[in-house]
Parts: sequence; structure tokens; C-alpha cells
Amino acid sequence: MRILIAKPGLDGHDRGAKVVARALRDAGMEVIYTGLRQTPESIVETALQEDVDAIGLSVLSGAHNHLFKKVIDLLKKEGAEDIPVFGGGIIPEDDIPYLNEIGVKRIFGPGTSTEKIVSFIKEITNKS
Amino acid sequence: MNSLDELIESMISGNRRSLGKIITLMENDSSSCSYIIPKIHSKTGKAHIIGITGPPGSGKSSVVDKLISYYRNEGLKVGVVAIDPTSPFTGGAILGDRIRMKKHYTDKEVFIRSMATRGSLGGLSEATGNAVKALDAFGKDIIIIETVGAGQIEVDIVKVADTVIVISVPSMGDSVQTIKAGIMEIGDIFAVNKADIEGAEKCIMEIKMMLDLSEKKEDWVPPIVKTYGNLEDGAIELYESIKEHHNYLIKSGHHEKKRVIREKTELLNILQNMFFKNLYSVISEIEIEELARIIAKREKDPYMVIQELMPKLKNLM
Repeated sequence: MRILIAKPGLDGHDRGAKVVARALRDAGMEVIYTGLRQTPESIVETALQEDVDAIGLSVLSGAHNHLFKKVIDLLKKEGAEDIPVFGGGIIPEDDIPYLNEIGVKRIFGPGTSTEKIVSFIKEITNKS
Repeated sequence: MNSLDELIESMISGNRRSLGKIITLMENDSSSCSYIIPKIHSKTGKAHIIGITGPPGSGKSSVVDKLISYYRNEGLKVGVVAIDPTSPFTGGAILGDRIRMKKHYTDKEVFIRSMATRGSLGGLSEATGNAVKALDAFGKDIIIIETVGAGQIEVDIVKVADTVIVISVPSMGDSVQTIKAGIMEIGDIFAVNKADIEGAEKCIMEIKMMLDLSEKKEDWVPPIVKTYGNLEDGAIELYESIKEHHNYLIKSGHHEKKRVIREKTELLNILQNMFFKNLYSVISEIEIEELARIIAKREKDPYMVIQELMPKLKNLM
């Protein structure tokens, strides 16, 4: 299984993204990590080239509503809306219904156990 | 027309996601190659395939990043296959080489694919050769393969690349390291990266001495170039050398020779895999285990057992 872990936007806090990447690796997945400060365009292009089974976005800058929407719109434009998107970072509870509505499968807040993320990914990609 | 045919056609017509999917298919299921390769083989063979190898942290990805820029300035289309290690404990991997190539993420004429070694020990993954073929059929002019961080014996890159670049960094060991067998024997070009740090001149000298000692089999003398992964224009000398090597290959006829050797290796590989797969259809694993027990008891020896199996083995094809 191949998972893209990406950091869109301008915040430079990638500890969370790295913890998740490491946990997925330890669960036997191949994790493609983009590095910091990626644009939605570069994330979607990477997802296509790497043929990933899911995309995880980490945002701590507060711009999550805009960035998640942009990634999902671009995936649609490329005919790749079948790639599930999930996310994490600092995202207020109140914003989650909107993110779910635009197609984000799940938001994992601070303190989520990595086991929970691993089992969620296995569930949405139907692979073990 | 089935869906795989459609996928191949869509890839050939330039769809990047289809190319990504085809590489995945060949990576996950080697039997799909016997369907895909025949459909793309005639479209391959045009790209110049460049291999970059060297120890972990020596700056391979940063040098690749620079090379991509030079080729893009020339208007050439570039494919990259970057290999990182698979955990022998969990089967997982972190594929992070592309982080150094950020600049090219949204350039639609640059296609970067990360691959995990998945148990291969030669510095590449088993599917690397086929991924290169897919990129070639897709129309890439230049294909750069970055091996997993390599030490001494990871030399599979020679079997896939036209031009092999071995990257060294200063202060990695004394001159005996450079005369050891393995990786130092495969370079068409040697690059000393991080050439601005102390010890670069010594490193160059040691490689030069190693080259002076080696018997000349061809009239190509591998150049030693300095690269600076941290500078904008830090790999220009390397880029020029790659060009020279490519010209040399074509003029000397070595290009053709190398490719024949490559196809021979691949042909033998496919045959070997096929025989091996068919082996279990003529003898079951349980039978083999039973024979092993007999050999372990010293009732028969392995060659005797094979003699007795001969009639069955003749049906292998």
C-alpha cells in the first residue's frame, strides 16, 4: 500500500506528519513524504505520479478549509477523486462538518493514537 | 478491449496517472509484465538512461535535482526513478528522495516515481527495469535512476543504466576504500559531492590513483568532477561529462553492446523466473521436502535425486 503524507501551506511544523509517516511505515506501508510547504497543485501531481492509495494532509496554519478544498477540487479535475483524502493538525471541531461535506474522509486531531489512523487507512483502502 | 489495454493506451497517449498505475501494476504483480511489456517494447530504447549511486547522505537526490534543471533547460523530458530501502522487519518504507526535487513537482514534463527496494539487495528494486521501460515508452528523453544509498556491493545499476555516476563525499575513508572491489569499479563518471568541504582534493586524488591502477578495457577514461549540491549551478561539470559519455557510447558502438548485454540479462531473468515458477507445477513443494529429508538422512545425495527427477524436469516448459 502506498500513502502520500503531505504538508500544504506555510506552516513549518512537520513533527506530526513525520510521526504519522513513521507509524504507517511500521505498519508495513510505503509512505511518500513531500516535505514542507507544498502547494495543492504539487500534492495532486505527486499523488498521480506515485499512484498512491490515499492522501494524508497535515495543516497547522489555520488555512485548512481552503487547502483541503483546493486539493479535492484538483483531484476531481484530474479524474482522480477516487483517491481518499484524510487529514490532521490543528483543526477546530466546528470546521470538521464542512471538511467532511467537501469529501475529506476523516480528520484526526491532536492526541489521536497512530493505531487508529492505521486501521482507518486499511479500512478505506480495503487492503490489509 | 479490456481495461488493461485501455490503461496502456491512455499511458501511451500521455496520461500521467495511467503511467503511475502501470508502474504499480508491474511492481506488485510480475505476471502483469508479460502482458504490458509486449505492448510497449517497440516504443522503448530511445531514452538515455543515467544511473546515480553512492552512500546514504552523499547528496544523490540533490545532484539529481540539479541535473533535471539542466535537461529541462534544453527542453528535454525527464523521468526519475528514486529508490529507498524497505524495512526488512515490517515491509514498510519512507520514500523521501523526491523532497530534494521539489522545484520540479509541478513541471508536467518531469515524472518522478519513488520505489521501495522490497527485498532486493543490489541497490535497485526488482521492478526498476520495467519502470524505466514504462517511462521510456511514455516518451521521456532522459531517465535518471537514483539507487538506494549504496555501500560496496550494490552494483545492479550497471545492468540498467547507459551511464553510471558514482558519487563520493570527502572524508569517507582512506585510499584502500577506493581500491576495494564493487561500487568503485562501475563508474563511468565519478563525482565528488560537497566539494567545498575539507578533504575534497584528497578524495579526488584517491579516486584518480584508483583509476590509474585499473587496467584500461575501453578508451573511455572516467572523469572525476566536483559537484556542489548546495549551489544553484553546482553540477554543471557533471552534466557536461554525462553528455560526453553519451557521445562516446554512440560513436564507439558501446551503446549497442551495452544494450545487448542488458537484454541478455533480462531474457535470462525472465527464463529463470519462468522455469522456477513451472518447477512447482511438475514437482510439489511437499515432494521437494520429502526429497530433502532423504538427502538429510544421507540415503541419497542431491545430484542423485536430480538424476531421478530428470524425466519430470524435461516437462518444465
